[in-house]
Amino acid sequence: MEAVRFEHVKYSYREDESEYAVNDVSLSVEEGEFVAILGRNGSGKSTLAKLINALLTPTSGKVSVFGLDTSDEKQTFAIRKSAGMVFQNPDNQAVASIVEDDVAFGPENIGVPREEIGKRIDFALNAVGMQDFRNAMPSRLSGGQKQRIAIAGVIAILPKIMILDESTAMLDPQGRREVMAVVKKLNREQGMTVILITHFMEEALQAERAIVMHRGEVVMDGTPEHIFSHSDALETYNLTLPRAAYICKKLQAAGMPIGEAFTAEELAEEICKSLQKG
Amino acid sequence: MLNDVTFGQYYPAKSFVHRLDPRAKILFMIAYFVAVFLAKNFFGLAAVTLFLLFAVFMSRVPFGRVLRSVKMILFLIIFTGILNLLFYSGELTYEPLVQWWIVTISYESIVQTVFLSFRLFLIVMGTSILTLTTTPVALTDGIESLLKPLMYIKVPVHEVALIMSIALRFIPTLIDETNRIVAAQKARGADFETGGLFKRAKAMIPVLFPLIVSALRRADDLGDAMEARCYRGSKGRTKYKKLVLTWRDLLGLLFFAALIAGIVLLNIYFGGKFDILHYFMGG
Repeated sequence: MEAVRFEHVKYSYREDESEYAVNDVSLSVEEGEFVAILGRNGSGKSTLAKLINALLTPTSGKVSVFGLDTSDEKQTFAIRKSAGMVFQNPDNQAVASIVEDDVAFGPENIGVPREEIGKRIDFALNAVGMQDFRNAMPSRLSGGQKQRIAIAGVIAILPKIMILDESTAMLDPQGRREVMAVVKKLNREQGMTVILITHFMEEALQAERAIVMHRGEVVMDGTPEHIFSHSDALETYNLTLPRAAYICKKLQAAGMPIGEAFTAEELAEEICKSLQKG
Repeated sequence: MLNDVTFGQYYPAKSFVHRLDPRAKILFMIAYFVAVFLAKNFFGLAAVTLFLLFAVFMSRVPFGRVLRSVKMILFLIIFTGILNLLFYSGELTYEPLVQWWIVTISYESIVQTVFLSFRLFLIVMGTSILTLTTTPVALTDGIESLLKPLMYIKVPVHEVALIMSIALRFIPTLIDETNRIVAAQKARGADFETGGLFKRAKAMIPVLFPLIVSALRRADDLGDAMEARCYRGSKGRTKYKKLVLTWRDLLGLLFFAALIAGIVLLNIYFGGKFDILHYFMGG
């Protein structure tokens, strides 16, 4: 089933529409997909994210989530129930001083009965591996842990889509790994549709599909491998290759007979193979 | 400059007082105030003091910790005490001790001063037992629940309570932020430690502006995050945590009822606060 559909969507932050943050974007995301949206600062990727759950509504064109039009205010609540969103700053998302109260916030808003909320908190904290922190204070947690709590807060609403708007950008490498592991698990084990907005190319490699945005437009759309094998095109959009892919390309250019590799593991394997041959 | 997140003064423990329902504790506090103001003589205040000591004992908060809260308003107690001592203008039965210019010190004004200072002291001690044994979050929940009837006259009780709890939640975040800004300004040569009060206050301006700007940005982010989590006001909202009254609250109620009854009896039996003067002065 189609989870998200953009039809010729334009969005402008300016009244006179002299500049579009999102310019004539058409795309569709299937339920259960793991899509990474790449782009440099100002490419319109965050605007795209906010258009999905009706935090913004298109200036022209149409966005629909499971067939519901985001421009229809009567549908806003239903859309937000099915499309949850985690933001960039881990400090600015929690509403309560205690973890379980914060996770309860979403279910409370949609009117879940009390006993059921307790179960959902268990479920959500387990899903992000934070079950031991139920009574902790978010302010004492690390950035990665705070983001996992923010994800749990979204999971507790039981959405079908999870949008992560640069949710790893402010984290250290450890926190980034924690969050990515949780997101991948949600996608694999619960079939959650994931839309991951990022400027870390390594993270895009974990997705099934990558979309590159540039100046408000979708300029590339395909598997991460497909996209990273077009390094020249990426360069024009001011994006770099994942480090391993970059080294691989340099080695190839220097005359080493190795195949394509995108992750460190793949690269190591390719190098070993070529050494054994030689 | 600003220390850890020990905002409020909650003292964690698992005592009888800690486990009372926050709503009950707030109402008990009001009952306690009534008792303090109802007491007409020193015997009444002594009874309240005994009750207070009992409450401190039951709360398992070290007595020194409770006493520390008085330190903060010691100045106020002394100030009002001096005013009372010098400018008491009630009826005098006995000859004044000192009469000079507009100042009069009399037996009555001494009694009055001791009595009022004692009262103020008891009130501060009592209030601090409430804040020492109740987390700010529980207090907010309690206030929200108690004010619920006001919803019928269109007071936005839920919204106000949410604002209060969000404010509490952001205190540690904003303290961190302040420390960061102070460090950044110091690194650029700002001086917060020397100079008079005025100069130091002025040095805080470059800290306050970035802090306010960042707080507004955080508010924006939080608004988005709340909307994304389906927040739309109190409409159709459920609540996860429910406050429940237990036998402890009932027992507490009995204690406070006994206190007030005792005060009333002492008032009838021993009369007003100045009657003690008859005892010392004769007549």
